[in-house]
Amino acid sequence: MMCPKCGAPMHTYNRSGVQIEQCANCRGIFLDYGELEAITRMEAQWTQSAPPPPPPAGQAYPSGPAWGAPHHGSHGHYGHHGHHGRHGGFGRMLFSS
Amino acid sequence: MSDQRAAGPALRGALARLMGATDGEVLAERSDGTVVRVGDRVAKAHDPDAEAGALAVRLGVAAAEQYAGVLLAPLPRGGPVEVCGGRNASVWPYGSPVDPDDPGAAPWEAAGDLLARLHAAPLPVPGRLPGPLPPMRGPVKAARAVTRMRSAPGGTLVAAARTVERAWAALPAWCRGEEPPPRATTVCHGDFHLGQLVRHPAGTGGWHLIDVDDLGLGDPAWDLARPACWYATGLLVPDAWERFLGAYVRTVRAAGARSGLAEEDPWPRLDAPARALTVQSAALGIAKARAAGRVLDEAEETCVAACARMAAVAAQAELPAPQGP
Repeated sequence: MMCPKCGAPMHTYNRSGVQIEQCANCRGIFLDYGELEAITRMEAQWTQSAPPPPPPAGQAYPSGPAWGAPHHGSHGHYGHHGHHGRHGGFGRMLFSS
Repeated sequence: MSDQRAAGPALRGALARLMGATDGEVLAERSDGTVVRVGDRVAKAHDPDAEAGALAVRLGVAAAEQYAGVLLAPLPRGGPVEVCGGRNASVWPYGSPVDPDDPGAAPWEAAGDLLARLHAAPLPVPGRLPGPLPPMRGPVKAARAVTRMRSAPGGTLVAAARTVERAWAALPAWCRGEEPPPRATTVCHGDFHLGQLVRHPAGTGGWHLIDVDDLGLGDPAWDLARPACWYATGLLVPDAWERFLGAYVRTVRAAGARSGLAEEDPWPRLDAPARALTVQSAALGIAKARAAGRVLDEAEETCVAACARMAAVAAQAELPAPQGP
């Protein structure tokens, strides 16, 4: 399709099921019916699963990367004294390459 | 197959004879290494693919005085010996390992401190080693794990393997072993995990790092990246990770060494190696599960799920940033 604003061709990108047209010239973006709602929904999910924001200055170490497990700051399988056994391969993984 | 089975007892006997015995207790028996204990010593047969020259240098590093109390030193202080038709072997003092049934009791501070001392020590004098320091083998091992996944019997875990491939493709070339790392001036262990720590003398002595087979010059972030991966994937509680990283940072700073890993946020340096090691664990899990005709265990699933999130983060970054008119 052509850009309704400047008339240049628009390119389609598909990201996680949402189709986005962007103008090759003016970089304007065109959304089909329902796509804005789809993006809003994805944004809400992303916010829920994203790692916590960077800690305030003074805290020693930030919590981790963007691909970290959701809510990994609140639990973990190993590390506490007295957590015995090798459930589900967790212990084994800490002892192998 | 029968040849491989027959090689086991012959190799075990040859290792025991290096320590003056006819037989010993097998501590490890894998395709890339066999370890036999006799009294207060152990003998190790190294990976059949290990290059003898590089292995001799790695044993020389373990014996070098600046790593005393950090790397367990081999006995006697010298290069590898050949056993069983060309297999390289070396003899070491026996050290007591971390209890595999209680990884929670692992010495996280000692581990961080040991790696910091390894990284901060002055490099061995070239003339004192039998050759130049080889590269650290971490990235090559990650690539090997992905190759092993690709060559494992297919048909199952197809979606998991595809996810791992996407996470692998998003890594920088150096993390895939395709290019030298941007920094390679530090001696790194190359394969740190809880099985690489022993107390020597056994039971009461200080903790030491063992297994120098992958040691060499590389980016020290690689050595912190496996605990970082465990923490990021949720395998390890934040407290254990912070004790490990905190000890590392304290020792690096006390040594007056400059390192981006001792900055307030080490993740810019840790991110890519931690992703590579997560991919490695996921790929090995898939390869082993395929070979055994089983499903992934919980830890392996956890690593594959992390690979999916890495691929999603990479796909987000691919979308060109919309620009204003």
